[in-house]
Amino acid sequence: MSSVQPATPHPTDIYFFATCVVDQFFPGAGMDAITLLERLGIRVHFPEEQTCCGQPAYTSGFPDEARKVAAHQLTLFPNDWPVVVPSGSCAGMMKHHYPTLFAADPARRAQAEALSARIYELTDFLVNLLDWQPQDTGGECTVVLHTSCSARREMGVHLTGRKLLGGLGKVTVAQQDHESECCGFGGTFSIKQPEISGAMVEDKVKALKATGAERVVSADCGCLMNILGHAAWKDAQEGRAQPSLPGEHIASFLLRRTAR
Amino acid sequence: MNAQPIHFKPSEGFRDRAKAVVDNPFLRQSFRGAMDFLMSKRAGQFPDVEELESLRTLGEQIRQYNLGKLPELLVRLEENLTRNGIQVHWAETPDEANEIILGICKRVDAKLMVKGKSMVSEEIELNHAAEAAGIGALESDMGEYIVQLAGEKPSHIIMPAIHKTKEEIAKLFHEKVPGVEYTDNVDALIQIGRKVLREKFLEADIGLSGVNFAIAETGTLCLVENEGNGRMCTTTPPIHVAITGIEKIVEQLSHVPPLLSLLTRSATGQNISTYFNMISSPRKPGEKDGPEEVHLVLLDNGRSQAYADEQLRKTLQCIRCGACMNHCPVYTRIGGHAYGTTYPGPIGKIISPHMLGLEATATMATASSLCGACGEVCPVKIPIPELLMRLREESFSAPHPNPAMRGQGAGYNGLVSFVWRAWATVYRSPMLYGLATWAGSRFSWLMPSSQGPWTTVRTPLKPAPKRLRDMLKERG
Repeated sequence: MSSVQPATPHPTDIYFFATCVVDQFFPGAGMDAITLLERLGIRVHFPEEQTCCGQPAYTSGFPDEARKVAAHQLTLFPNDWPVVVPSGSCAGMMKHHYPTLFAADPARRAQAEALSARIYELTDFLVNLLDWQPQDTGGECTVVLHTSCSARREMGVHLTGRKLLGGLGKVTVAQQDHESECCGFGGTFSIKQPEISGAMVEDKVKALKATGAERVVSADCGCLMNILGHAAWKDAQEGRAQPSLPGEHIASFLLRRTAR
Repeated sequence: MNAQPIHFKPSEGFRDRAKAVVDNPFLRQSFRGAMDFLMSKRAGQFPDVEELESLRTLGEQIRQYNLGKLPELLVRLEENLTRNGIQVHWAETPDEANEIILGICKRVDAKLMVKGKSMVSEEIELNHAAEAAGIGALESDMGEYIVQLAGEKPSHIIMPAIHKTKEEIAKLFHEKVPGVEYTDNVDALIQIGRKVLREKFLEADIGLSGVNFAIAETGTLCLVENEGNGRMCTTTPPIHVAITGIEKIVEQLSHVPPLLSLLTRSATGQNISTYFNMISSPRKPGEKDGPEEVHLVLLDNGRSQAYADEQLRKTLQCIRCGACMNHCPVYTRIGGHAYGTTYPGPIGKIISPHMLGLEATATMATASSLCGACGEVCPVKIPIPELLMRLREESFSAPHPNPAMRGQGAGYNGLVSFVWRAWATVYRSPMLYGLATWAGSRFSWLMPSSQGPWTTVRTPLKPAPKRLRDMLKERG
């Protein structure tokens, strides 16, 4: 067998599946991800009819409702382009759970499997399909990276975010205690078991802050909603006017750091 | 007194019990420290990720192979044990199991039973049943002995007294063991325990143990332990009674080494346990030691319900290493007692509903962020997060005929189901989604500052003034 692998064809067009959390709560992160992809020469297509991957219902024990919502998303990506998702969690749902969700529906199952093969989490896409080597244009800065459990354990893309940040010359990536531990979001878990979820996010924010990093970045807005929400709550409790732990989606950070 | 296996519904008051631990900084720190220690011990055993993955795959395959032949293997096990002189008893419920064991005790007018560590005996609450029948039941595993002295239940399946500090144990020994001065020297405490127990082994009429693997082809019971008390329990008293769940079976002797390796390395980070006992018969003529009678009680207690469903059957792959607990961020925060079930942690959440019914455990499956740490470390690859989602579905769906699980629909709430249906109606329709999210973004100032459980430790959620789709339109 030849050791020379044919280069992966550089995709020219992609679909962007923003996720409902980004669409409604972190639109800036979505814009930055799109801008970043475009800057790398990609034509980004945003199917206007997209809504949500269906995960909230799926993980809450309502697969029928999840299936209805997922079935709608199956119809949105007719061309054979990669589907890039700025969230390990939603990407994991589409890549790994859609085929199971439609196990009893052969036509949709085939569609789900075909789609599954085209789903990429954003940082995975940037590193492994585009082989992007970011050129840092910013000053000295220390950040801490939080990787979602889905990105880490379901998608196995916990190294790509780190690789991208590691490629930024003047950025130091701090190492937090218990890095691989869940932040305590877990969708409806945070509502149904607020005491446990609250304890988890409290510990997570403490560990992130203890690194002394200027900001936290993450490729998942669900985690950010939880982590930043708790950090801001704590700031308010303790009467701080300035956020003690600012944070943003990794796409926003990368876009700014590589601005020409 | 009736030996009721569980005296209350574990899901009732679960949140209060969890909160009590979460609000106790000392306990929080103590559990965190203990779990960190166990995680690092396990990690030290598996430096080679590829070796670990191939061993886990092998473990999964062995367990699935054996569960696939469970009915047939149980028959073979019984035949071969009987041929070896080991008496086999079948118990469908905890009450039946207690009746069998106490029946053996009564036949020989037993006064004292010494027990090796057995979670199944906890599951049937044998100690209570024995006490009610006037038979002493003494735990001989050091952790179990501590928990028994304190009048508590184990908080971890491998380390029953992990919730206790050495100072608490010192105080307990001083108060409960006659003639013991206060000392928090760990070695001294262990010596005190050993001295008490040593005499009891000689005095006991019955020795009780669990079983880690029951080998069908040879009719052998395998017991993994570290303190030697298991060997004492199974060899010193005249009668040895072993109890186990019907799923702990393997067809072949050759299935044991990989599972044993996975078990000790995952559980305590040991290459191998200090003791590994293989029990194949009572004392034979001419032999100088060993019990005159050996019994095995095989308990169902809901396991056949799990067995009957292809997905739920994976629950029975468990070899009870406890690694899922050690790696669980929820268990780390609340400890074992908060669960209220014999088996706490991730494995407890997926096995207890079969034992107790979903009525008793309905909300427990929600106590997981589905982070996947349990599934990642499980030595036999039980897809615990997937099973938790299944249990949520079984619990929250409207009751229907012929359910796969006892108590299906126990957590059904018409309003909640309606909300999810409404959610699906909106989120499957681009038009309704567009309308709802447009309204959300324009009227985000209407979002209340108090948003129930979310805002107990977080700032309120507010949709951004412009959605991503609006921003894209504006950009053109």
